[in-house]
Amino acid sequence: MQKTIIEVKDLKKDYHVGEVTVHALRKINMQIKEGDFAAIMGTSGSGKSTMLNILGCLDKPTDGTYLLDGVNMAEMNKKQLAQLRNTKLGFIFQSYNLLPRTTALENVELPLYYNSKVKSKERRERAMHALEQVGLADRYHHMPNQLSGGQQQRVAIARSLVNDPVIILADEATGNLDTRTSYEIMELFQKLNDDGKTIAFVTHEEDIARFMKRNIVFRDGLIKTEMTVDKRHNATQLIAELPVETDIDF
Amino acid sequence: MNYINLTKIAINALNRNKFRAVLTMLGIIIGVGSVIGMLSIGEGSKQSIQSEISQMGSNMIFAMPGSMRRGGVMMGNSNAKSLTLKDVAALRKQARNLSMISPQVSTSGQAIRGNKNWPTTIYGVNGEYLDIRKYELEDGRIFTEQEINSLSKVCIVGQTVVENIFGTEVDPVGQTIRYSGIPLKVIGVLKEKGQNGMGMDQDDLILAPYTSVQRRLLAITHIQAIYASAISEDSSDAAIEEIETIIRSQHKLKDGTDDDFEVRSQAEMVSMFTSVSNNMTMLLGAIAGISLLVGGIGIMNIMFVSVTERTKEIGLRMSVGGCGTDILMQFLIEAVILSIIGGIIGILFGLLVSALATNVLSLPFIIMENAILLSFLVCSAIGVFFGWYPARKAANLNPIDAIRHE
Ligand SMILES: Nc1ncnc2c1ncn2[C@@H]1O[C@H](COP(=O)(O)OP(=O)(O)OP(=O)(O)O)[C@@H](O)[C@H]1O
Ligand SMILES: [Mg+2]
Repeated sequence: MQKTIIEVKDLKKDYHVGEVTVHALRKINMQIKEGDFAAIMGTSGSGKSTMLNILGCLDKPTDGTYLLDGVNMAEMNKKQLAQLRNTKLGFIFQSYNLLPRTTALENVELPLYYNSKVKSKERRERAMHALEQVGLADRYHHMPNQLSGGQQQRVAIARSLVNDPVIILADEATGNLDTRTSYEIMELFQKLNDDGKTIAFVTHEEDIARFMKRNIVFRDGLIKTEMTVDKRHNATQLIAELPVETDIDF
Repeated sequence: MNYINLTKIAINALNRNKFRAVLTMLGIIIGVGSVIGMLSIGEGSKQSIQSEISQMGSNMIFAMPGSMRRGGVMMGNSNAKSLTLKDVAALRKQARNLSMISPQVSTSGQAIRGNKNWPTTIYGVNGEYLDIRKYELEDGRIFTEQEINSLSKVCIVGQTVVENIFGTEVDPVGQTIRYSGIPLKVIGVLKEKGQNGMGMDQDDLILAPYTSVQRRLLAITHIQAIYASAISEDSSDAAIEEIETIIRSQHKLKDGTDDDFEVRSQAEMVSMFTSVSNNMTMLLGAIAGISLLVGGIGIMNIMFVSVTERTKEIGLRMSVGGCGTDILMQFLIEAVILSIIGGIIGILFGLLVSALATNVLSLPFIIMENAILLSFLVCSAIGVFFGWYPARKAANLNPIDAIRHE
């Protein structure tokens, strides 16, 4: 029996905008087990990001319980939540969110700065290792504006890996990228998952979701369907099959 | 929490935004620098006026005939004839708080020697006058009692007169000059004294026995002023009262009638000019205060804008594990670093400005520790507060709200 990393019971999230109350999440029950690679899918506005933000302890639910690694998040104070984000979670944003004018290496080091157990030598080594994992070791001294979108997203992935989290949460991590780059990122995620990382990945793209083990489909703040992916895509294979870049004729 | 890490984070953050850091420091530099500069110039001019007034004489007190003011109207006193040599004699006999006394009569005219001539003032005085007014002899001697009694045609000349009618080649002592047609033998030369606090040349004068000036030049029997020295600075007020009592009884003035003379002291002049220069220091201080305020508003602005700009950064830092205190500490450390560096540059800048200004204005260069400390504290407090306050607001947000902040 695999360990349950995430367990969510009757989770609700309301937003109040003026007089109107938006029920972003109505009643969510779900589990993510160790080694899982789950796609959270659904149409725009269905509550995917809201869900992921709560899972990432960046936001608080209105109601319901959320257990991370067996610990009830409702009982945590702000400081403890920060510590959990620092040691157990890796979050990847659609818009990368790298610190500008800061080298790739320093961006990756960032989470470790807030962990006083990690000394500066170890911090540097772990950040370099994370950059190697995403294939950007040779670009460690580049600033974000000297990197392509895909490379920036790789740096963001390295940053989410560097603290060796129990789960990686990615919100539309391929949303801003072209097909080939998206597949390359998925190749990276598949590799991480093969190495045992648990991943929850928000996407609204069917073909991206097929790289994962399981799909959870949201609709209007509820889980509509939950299924295992039967014919799972292999990113390495698909990249090889992509047509070689040619000049586009009009 | 790890202060070494937070300090590194703060330094990196400052490094990434050098321009903003420089702008913030500029506010501090201008604030601190102007306060130090202004106050030091104000204090310098105050002390210079005080020292110049004290150079005018030693605990000097002077009495003049007539009241200079009647019903708020300034009256000329040149026609008043109330003071006489009898008053001087009475003071010399009765006053206990006076160490030196000299009558003074003066007139202006042309000093002539050969084909050179120079317009100057001649003062009829006695030998004590030099000490009262802090004049020193460079050469020669002062008048003797005998010379005063016999209305001798002798004189002592100031440096400006020497320059203009003797030049550098001739030794003035023993020479004879003519003043308003009367030949005067030069028996002494005064040391140079320079300008007084009001810019008057204190070397442009001739001293002669008061008897000679009174009779030969002016043909009068009264005197125009009495100069005296109080025995000490503290006895100056007592000396004034004493002079008033003695002269009133000399003049047989009844109780209730106004004085027909007026007594002033150097100490009064010092306090008068000190209050004038205090006002100036306050004015400069106000200007400095405004600069401090402007500098402070500058710091405040940049800090506010930068936190709004940096709310996203704050959200990101929180999302990777920074807690509210970490964020606050980072911003505090940034503000403290800026304040210290800006403050030190500001202090150096202020000292440089005041050193230059006091040099140009030939004032004493005074380092005012209080101004330095005060302006530094004010600027640092502004910098730290406005670095901390908006950061605290941002650090209280949910991480996701901070990240999404536009
Ligand atoms: N901060 C907020 N304030 C008010 N309403 C919000 C807020 N964030 C999200 N919502 C609302 O909650 C609902 C779910 O939003 P959410 O961002 O989770 O959607 P999503 O599934 O991620 O959509 P997309 O695919 O477009 O990113 C939407 O109706 C949205 O308008
Ligand atoms: Mg979304």
